[in-house]
Amino acid sequence: MPTRYTRDHEWIRLDGDLAVVGISDHAQEQLGDIVFIELPEVGKKLAKGDEAAVVESVKAASEVFAPVAGEVVEVNATLTDTPGVVNEQPEGAGWFMKLKLDASADLDSLMNEDAYKAFLETI
Amino acid sequence: MAAYPCLSGNLILAEPTHNDEDLLETPLADRHRALGARMVPFGGYAMPVQYPTGIIAEHGWTREHAGLFDVSHMGPCLLRLVGPTGDPDFDHRAVAGLIEPLVTGDVAGLKPGQLRYTLLLNGEGGVVDDLMVARPADPAEAGTLYIVVNAGTKDGDFARIQEAAGERATLTRADDCGLLALQGPEAAAVMGDLVPDATGLSFMRYAAFMFEGERLLISRSGYTGEDGFEILVPPAAAGALWDRLLSDDRVKPIGLGARDSLRLEAGLPLNGHDLDATTSPVEADLGFAISKRRREAGDFLGAARILRELHEGPARLRVGIRPEGRAPAREGTEIRDADGRPVGVVTSGGFGPTAGGPVAMGYVAADVAKPETPVTLVVRGKDMPATVVAMPFVPHRYFRKT
Repeated sequence: MPTRYTRDHEWIRLDGDLAVVGISDHAQEQLGDIVFIELPEVGKKLAKGDEAAVVESVKAASEVFAPVAGEVVEVNATLTDTPGVVNEQPEGAGWFMKLKLDASADLDSLMNEDAYKAFLETI
Repeated sequence: MAAYPCLSGNLILAEPTHNDEDLLETPLADRHRALGARMVPFGGYAMPVQYPTGIIAEHGWTREHAGLFDVSHMGPCLLRLVGPTGDPDFDHRAVAGLIEPLVTGDVAGLKPGQLRYTLLLNGEGGVVDDLMVARPADPAEAGTLYIVVNAGTKDGDFARIQEAAGERATLTRADDCGLLALQGPEAAAVMGDLVPDATGLSFMRYAAFMFEGERLLISRSGYTGEDGFEILVPPAAAGALWDRLLSDDRVKPIGLGARDSLRLEAGLPLNGHDLDATTSPVEADLGFAISKRRREAGDFLGAARILRELHEGPARLRVGIRPEGRAPAREGTEIRDADGRPVGVVTSGGFGPTAGGPVAMGYVAADVAKPETPVTLVVRGKDMPATVVAMPFVPHRYFRKT
């Protein structure tokens, strides 16, 4: 299953039974130096589009939304002390959370990498 | 992902601009784009918010070496007495007397070559703008004031100053010029290779210097807490001077993002955020800008309120705030006291790269304004512990001759 993207610049990728969520390289570049990340509590149930996390760069605060519905089963605790990892490896070590997907979650409705790249050209 | 408009930091949440809006450009705009800067609207201009290395690197470079800032969006001008007598002290006092009713500072008492930070007031004693006023070093130029006001307020400021001066003095805008700031511990060494005589200036002094056939007004001043200079250069020569300064390995270009984090760590207020038309100089903890002679005379706008606050103490005060933990508290964040009572609001807040954590300034009720008072910040609905602290967050390192 390849990585999927939202119009709000989150990415999501299946990892076994779970889905990993983070923000795209474009998003980290737009934010600039990231200095703080507020992660959700494990066990929190998120509907699609709910606020899942907050990213603070030197410049501003931004929300991260749940790309699909699911329950937070793990968060990337290393981001608490080293939020800059998201600038360095946004789609790897800088992942935010793992979700147990809701039955309604439809990843195929999201953009694949080519579609996301095309979308970035339009903004 | 989406931005929190209500929690945005000062100046910077704006989307990058390709200048399809009606934005003005400084003489250096093409150079910023060539350097890969992200341009955003600020004060009516397309300005570089950051270059590719990013705000934290730019901030650190300025604290350790020398940062070069384009601040040509600001409002430099010259106010010249009509028909000076040729007596330098008389002519200076005459032009000073025209602007003094609008501001808090002792302009008449400026020594030749001295620069003073002062405040432009409204009739209620509120701060319309903060600005620099200077007296030329050369006695032949007495009767002229060099004034630099903020970008966002410059049209109104210039109109008020000209109106106050009437036909007795003429205000000439110099905001088509380049205004560069060279800031940091290596700024003086860099300046020493270009305009050696300028390194003889002490903090808050200025003079005119010739450099490669161009007349520059150079002041020992800035907005970072570091030693440094601000240089007014004719429009056609601005690009060459910028290039020349950047050709020095000790110098890197610095955008408005780092300018904001540097001034916040230095405890310096930003007009329109930490100062506004409702704020008095006393509330803003800028009492030093109300000169002794002016206090005794009480001859400025809003004097009744300001003198009362000086005597009785203001109801609220601008203070530094150090949030615990790592989460920045942005402009607009509510401040509560230990009992949960709302006591104020954050007016500037973000991450201080040199301070190594979040820093903020804001206004609180006088009874919680004492340093080391614990307070609570309400960030996204959650209580976050914080402490009122003395500013600056990072010590100033100005160059004062002994």
